Order: sequence, then C-alpha cells, then structure tokens
Amino acid sequence: MLEVFATSDVGGGFGQYLLLGLVAGSLYALIALGYTMVYGIIELINFAHGDLFMLGAFLALQLAVELGAKTADDGTATISVALFVIILLTPMACAALNVTVERLVYRPLRNAPKLAPLVSAIGVSFVFMNLGLFWMGATPVKFPDLIPDDNLLTGSGYRVTWKDVMVIGVTVPTMIALTLFVRCTPLGTAMRATAQNPVAARLMGINVDRVIAATFAIGGALAGIAAVIYGLYIKGVGYQMGFQNGLYAFTAAVLGGIGNIPGAVIGGLVIGIVGELAKAYVDPKWSEAIVFGILIIILIFRPNGLLGARTREKV
Amino acid sequence: MRVRVLHHWVPILFIFLAAYPFLPFATATRGEQFTLLLIYAMLALALNVVVGYTGLLHMGIAAFFGIGAYTVGILTVPYFPFQQSFLIAVIAAVCTASFISVAATAPTLRLRGDYLALVTLGFGLITLYAIRNLQSITEGTDGMNPIEPGPLPGIVGDDMSAFRFAETWGRQWYKFPYMYFLVLVTLGAVFRILRNLERSSLGRAWVAMREDELAASCMGLNPARLKLAAAAISAGLAGLAGAFYVVAQRTTGNPQAFDFTLSMIMVCCLILGGLGNRAGVLLGVILLLGFDRILTPILDNWIQEFITTGGKSYLKLSGWRLIIFGMALILMMRFRPAGLLPAARVQHELENNERRDS
Repeated sequence: MLEVFATSDVGGGFGQYLLLGLVAGSLYALIALGYTMVYGIIELINFAHGDLFMLGAFLALQLAVELGAKTADDGTATISVALFVIILLTPMACAALNVTVERLVYRPLRNAPKLAPLVSAIGVSFVFMNLGLFWMGATPVKFPDLIPDDNLLTGSGYRVTWKDVMVIGVTVPTMIALTLFVRCTPLGTAMRATAQNPVAARLMGINVDRVIAATFAIGGALAGIAAVIYGLYIKGVGYQMGFQNGLYAFTAAVLGGIGNIPGAVIGGLVIGIVGELAKAYVDPKWSEAIVFGILIIILIFRPNGLLGARTREKV
Repeated sequence: MRVRVLHHWVPILFIFLAAYPFLPFATATRGEQFTLLLIYAMLALALNVVVGYTGLLHMGIAAFFGIGAYTVGILTVPYFPFQQSFLIAVIAAVCTASFISVAATAPTLRLRGDYLALVTLGFGLITLYAIRNLQSITEGTDGMNPIEPGPLPGIVGDDMSAFRFAETWGRQWYKFPYMYFLVLVTLGAVFRILRNLERSSLGRAWVAMREDELAASCMGLNPARLKLAAAAISAGLAGLAGAFYVVAQRTTGNPQAFDFTLSMIMVCCLILGGLGNRAGVLLGVILLLGFDRILTPILDNWIQEFITTGGKSYLKLSGWRLIIFGMALILMMRFRPAGLLPAARVQHELENNERRDS
C-alpha cells in the first residue's frame, strides 16, 4: 500500500503527517469520485473501479517505457513529452474501457435486481485483475522516477517535493473542473437529473443511457488521472494495488456520503489524513484496520455519510 | 425418467464419495483434495444461509471460516497450554464464530442492502488484518502448526492401524480417509439440517423477509431477530468448516487463505449453482473449486508436456483462474441469473399448480 508515505525521510511532526495525508487523500478523492458518481446515478458499487485504476497505472508505465522515459536523467524534453502523452492518453484509455464495460456488462442488466450488476462488477474486477497479472506479472514493478524528489522547503522543517506539488496541482483543478461541469453544463445538469429520478429524466427528453455512459467515461478518466499520479508518486505498481486503493477510495466515498461529489473529496482527504496519522502515531500494521473500522462505524452511526442527504427506502 | 435421475444426483454423489476410499484407483492426494472440496461445500452452504435464504449479500464469510480455524488452532496447538481435543475445539469454534457474528451484526441491522454488504466486507478485512498482525497469538503469516489434536477428550488417535481397510490408508485419524469420512458425514448432516431448517417456520420466515421485508414485518415477523438468527447459524457453520479445514491441513497456513478472494469465490459458487438451493450450492462448489483445485493442476501438467511455459502465467491454465471466475459471474448474471439449478421453491409451486389442475 502507500508505504512510501510512512517511510519517507521526513523530519516528522504533526504538520508533515498532515501534509502526507493530504496528498494521499487527494489520490483517494480522485478514485472515490468515480465510485460516487456511478453510485449516484445507477446505485451500483462499481467494484471494478479500483482495478481500472490499476490497469491505468500499468498503461502509464508501459507508455513511459515505450517513450524512453525510464529515469529522471533522460533529458527534460523526453520526460516532458512522455508526461504529456501519458497524462493525455491514460485517462482517455481508462474512460474508453469503462464505457465499453458499461455498454457490454452493466447496460443489459439495467432492469435486473440490484444484486446482478453488483456481482457482475465483482466479475469484471476479477477479469481486470487477471489481465493486470498477465500484463506485468505477479510481483510489483518499478514505475519510472520522472519527477525530482528534491525538497523545495529546505531548512523549514517540512519536506515538500515537486511530487507533492504535482499531486495537489493536478487534483485540485480536476475537482474544480468536475464541479463546474456538473453544476453548469447541460450534460452535468442531465446527470444530476438522472441521479435524482431516471424515469422523470427520460420523460424530460434526457437520453439516460448516454448520460450513464458519460458518467462512466468521467469516472474512468478520473481513475486514469489518479493512476498516473499514483505511479509517479509511489514509483511502484502491482496488479493487486487496485483492490486496496479501490476499497480505501470507496470508504472515502461512503464517508462523504455516497453519490455526493464534494463528499467524496472530503471523505478522501479524511481517509488519507486518518490513514497517515494512524501509521505515524498508532502502528503502520493497523492503519488499514483502523480505516475500515472507521468505515463500519460511519455506516452504523451515519449511514448517509458526512454530507449525504437523508434518503428513504422506496417501498 | 431422465429428470428423476437428475433429481437424485445429490444422494448418488454422496454414495459415490462414501465409496471412494474403497475403490482401487483411490489415492490419498486426491482424497485430501476431495476433503478440502467438501469443507468448502460446507462453507458455501453456510454462506447460503445468509445470501440465499435471507437475501443479504455477505462479503466476509471467510472471516468466520478464519475465526473457526484459529479457534481450533489456539485450543489444540502444542505450544499453547490448552491442548484440547478436536471435539471440544470444534464446539468452541462454532460458538466463537456464532457469537462474534451476532455481536458484529447486531449494530448493523438497520442498514440497507448495499451498506450491509460493505460492513461485512470491512469486517472480513479487519479480521484478516487482526489475524495477520496478532503475531504473538496467531503466528502471523507463518501459520500455527502442527495442529494434530486427538479426536475426543482422552483419546490421542494417532494409531488407526486396527481400523485400516487397505495398506494405503493413513495411520492418524486426521489423515485420509478418516478425516474424509468425518467431513463427508458432517456435510451430509449439515445438508440434512439445512433442508429441515428451510422447511421450518424460521426458514419460511427468512424467505418471506427476503421477498419483502416490509410486508413480512407487517405480518408480525421480526426482521432483526431473523437476521441475527441467520447471521449466527451462517457464521457457526462457517466456523465448523474452518475447524475441519485446519485439522485436515494440520496447519492454519498463511492467513491469505481467509481473505476477500475466498469470500468472493464462495459468492461465485452460490451464484453459479443457484442462490438459495442447497443442491445448486453443492454443484457450484464442485464445478468452480473442483475446477480450480483439482482439474487445473491436472490440465497444467498435461499442458506442460507439450509446451514449456517458462513461468509465463498466461500459458498456464491456473493463470486464467480469475478471468474464468469473473467471466462465470458476468455470464451467469447476464444469461441465467437464477443459477444452474434455480431454487426449488418456484419450480415446486409450478408443479403443485399442475397437479391441482389435473
């Protein structure tokens, strides 16, 4: 898991852990957005989302190697081109894959009992994981270290690198863009309408299937962005990374109130910070258990999450 | 007539399995694989109580399998002072698993379907982390061994030569075929008990709740109590399966054996065979785990005679197992969502109607 966050040679201190948590949390938030948007619109826990993220990271790695960017010494031009291509192509490929899966697997089950798409999603997750296994093998592989690790704030007691800047610099604009998209564009409005009531949305002339496909595309693209950042930051990827990061992100989505976009972001940040603080002050071995313990406690005492609206079960 | 024979495939299977150790081609290795398969069948039947009868998706059954396994481990392994016999340890395992399940389910009763599934998933993961991290008790990833208890209080049971039927039979009671028979008889008993349970007022109440919880509670059923009963029985059976598992393996092995993948494979078995149908669950386990544990190694050896795999996982059938499981889930949901052997209730009702008409 995110071992690097805990073991990096920082001066320590609460502020530093908070910063590490913020960075990890931004990553979870990006993945969590994919879960929460899909759940908000068709009430499906998309178990394959974490594994889509994993495949995205593998694609980014493959692209980096193909483009000749293997280490930070490969020349600024090569690295810039490689980074540009990776950050452009990976989200597109993830979006395309997610839409394809939606079209082939989930759409035929649109009117089936709710268990059916959920189980299918678990099936898709298995298939993705196996594809990842074929692609990069069973052992984790190194991701090219393309961004310098130098501390930008030497002497201040904190450690902030270009990587931290990159994570924040990519995730914050992405989230702002997403919020604006959902609030202000016609497609975003259609999404919100479909999430509220698919039948009524259809009656208003909204092409619900297309809206759902667009949701999967956006979720997939966000997973792709998260995958690139994860690869560059953590520098190691493996075929099982999708499962646990996916679960963390899903916990974040539930924590914030599933189906709620700002909720997913806040949930992601909380999970990231809690995970890092647990690693620093409790025991790294137990941090995962603590995060899932929080998931259960939130579900028991506040099933609708921190920001989620109160929903009544339809009879 | 064909349908009649198919109807009775479960007893036929049990008779074949009971006869297997006496057959000339029986080997201890194959027999131990069958033992494992039967133990997983028990686990799948346990999961079926929650998922099939009450319709709640449970994604952490492996946790109770693990709790049962480690309870037996702690009570019987030589370096702990308990040194209990298998019988006592099994009873303790069933009770512990049931108790923990009730304690963990009680606060979550008011949750809706998806959220309940998540709680079970989270609980399964936390249990796995606990097993892995509490090294002073569970030995972490090394596993507890040797687990070689006596069968009953006061009996060691390490020499069964007096009861041996053939030279190939083992000397210890926990080896093939004694363990195999014990598991087979227990599975048969569980199968029978579940049949009776299905037809009891509790079983019918579960189905009523599964079909419509609101309507069921309006008819005076208490959903909370019903869910707790299902959780307790399911976890108890899973604990029982776990207890047999460790003794059959003589070690708890790596805690990885009790992870989310096992829970999901059990769900796959249920869905492939037919949710809520005991015979279907059995069929699902035989098809999926039989393929995974028995057929795949055989076919892999066979493939290796023709091509050198050279460590490439896609050249081995075992490398494809997740794709096969995943595709099985996807295709079943798409084309036959009720499973290969759908629950008998619907068919039963149809047959009765026909009889009444004629």
